[in-house]
Amino acid sequence: MNFDALIPKIGVITDIRKDTHDVKTFRVVGTDGKKPFEHLPGQCAMLSVPGVGEAMFSITSSPTNREYMEFSIKKCGCVTDVLHSMEVGQQIAIRGPYGRNFPVEEEFKGKDLLFIAGGIGLAPLRSVINYVRHYRANYGKIVIVYGARSKDDLVDIDEIKNEWMKEVNTEVYLTIDRAQEGWEGNVGFVPAYVKEIGVDPSMTAVLCGPPVMIKFTLQGLLELGFEKSRVYTTLELRMKCGVGKCGRCNVGDKFVCKDGPVFRMDELDELPDEY
Amino acid sequence: MYRIKKTDLNALYAAIAKTSGLFIPIRRADEVNFAVWGEGKEVSLETLKTVKSPKNAFFPQTENMMKFKTEGKSVEVVDIRTEDKRPFVVFGVKACDVKAFEVLDRVFLAEPVDTFYQSRRNAITVVSLACSRPEESCFCTAFGIDPTAPEGDVTTWLDGEYLYWRANNQKGEALTEKLASLLEKCGEEAVEAQRSQTKEILKRLPLAALDLSRFKEENLNELFNDPRWAELSEACLGCGACTFVCPTCQCFDIRDFKTNSGVIRYRCWDSCMYSDFTLMAHGNSRTTQMQRYRQRFMHKLVYYPAQNGGLYSCVGCGRCVNKCPQNLNIVKVIKTLGGEKS
Repeated sequence: MNFDALIPKIGVITDIRKDTHDVKTFRVVGTDGKKPFEHLPGQCAMLSVPGVGEAMFSITSSPTNREYMEFSIKKCGCVTDVLHSMEVGQQIAIRGPYGRNFPVEEEFKGKDLLFIAGGIGLAPLRSVINYVRHYRANYGKIVIVYGARSKDDLVDIDEIKNEWMKEVNTEVYLTIDRAQEGWEGNVGFVPAYVKEIGVDPSMTAVLCGPPVMIKFTLQGLLELGFEKSRVYTTLELRMKCGVGKCGRCNVGDKFVCKDGPVFRMDELDELPDEY
Repeated sequence: MYRIKKTDLNALYAAIAKTSGLFIPIRRADEVNFAVWGEGKEVSLETLKTVKSPKNAFFPQTENMMKFKTEGKSVEVVDIRTEDKRPFVVFGVKACDVKAFEVLDRVFLAEPVDTFYQSRRNAITVVSLACSRPEESCFCTAFGIDPTAPEGDVTTWLDGEYLYWRANNQKGEALTEKLASLLEKCGEEAVEAQRSQTKEILKRLPLAALDLSRFKEENLNELFNDPRWAELSEACLGCGACTFVCPTCQCFDIRDFKTNSGVIRYRCWDSCMYSDFTLMAHGNSRTTQMQRYRQRFMHKLVYYPAQNGGLYSCVGCGRCVNKCPQNLNIVKVIKTLGGEKS
């Protein structure tokens, strides 16, 4: 039988980690026990629960992980609701990879990198951060700024503390929205914190998070002297096919599923304001 | 060129139906639509516009794609497609609808190829039919389409007592060969005479002077931000009728349906005019009908051409002009934002 991009394969959930009250990270392999398919940092996969439907998720794990894929998923809709009720050993359907990746080889190599994430926006960035860490010598300084509503909403804080904070030539800044007992770090929103830290505008920046965070953080970066052509982000719109045919996720003449989800800020400026 | 007497057409249909399916305009309950031919069906080649376009010959309104079998924690994907599609002849396709096939091909046959579409498309021989009496709602010429000589594997013309027949490629010649005993060789005079007569009518059509020159990629943002979209879309009910009769609309939904023997995943036509088209768990990128209305026409006139070498995703069939309950349509959009040639 012919291959068709819309027909998924089977994935098995081999581990479920509860990160926060509404975020779980699912480890997925194929029925052969191997990684379902290869991908690049920033690319997405379509996960489906038969009878409920399909939804697009960014692949959280780095391509350098040769054993499995991970997806950090926030419980906020029909498919994610069912995913969150699943147990280890459950099979789901998976297809991909989809979309344009972060230009880790073409543009990021040799550069100082600034990663800014808010809430579940860390999910797509974790893939690229861990890719860059894997090939650490190919990249310059790394600065990571990550904010969440509370300390309990920081996704996979263990990896951040035990690995990222110990990485060479890497600075990690965490912030939460409101003061909380047991939290000694920064309190405040991401955009203000980024300006406070005083990041170097010659860095290449990658932003991911809620639209309001992106809007104000970008504004702050521009004030600091960042160029839009060196600021990247990812978009998220409703998708059904993932291959630019169902007509759903376009912004102007670009489809987020195949021309995105990674866009440069100067590319977004060219598109109509409808995302 | 060949010809066959109109009174012998039934024999021609029967001969085609012997070796393949035949999809042809058939009158049923006072509406003419493409449907599978059978003995006793009332064929209506004279009808200028079928209510729906023939796109469902290879892009059916609903289509089962696969099946899931679930048991405990395990899931199995069952491929329910059949290996070979039966050959089909789609007969009597007008120039606008033939052009629309190309518009759809560029979406579904682009990488990664949609094999559901492709298997049907490959099995189809298109027999087009020239228009001799275009109506006032027709505006295919605005898109550079010649309704007097439509594309297709075979082109036909109805004139006087005859149907004239010309194969355009190998696929068309193969069909012609099968029907050789029914066709007689003839000259092209009658067809040429009809064509020049039709061209005179085309010049006088009210919508022939639509000016599309402003609809290009470099004006994308200017057109998108035009304040007149509010007025143009004000009366839109969001019923989606325009998208369902449209020969080039190709948006689809993918959904699951639980049955006793498993979950069927199917796809079906969808419409960008519907409020839940872009709705997702954390919001909606198009919350107003104005945005949805603008999306439909920007896609046809600007976004699609930008991605497809300037080919518009409208073929001027005029079905939406006839069907919109609020009398809104692409012609008003083109006239308002693009203007008319003097």
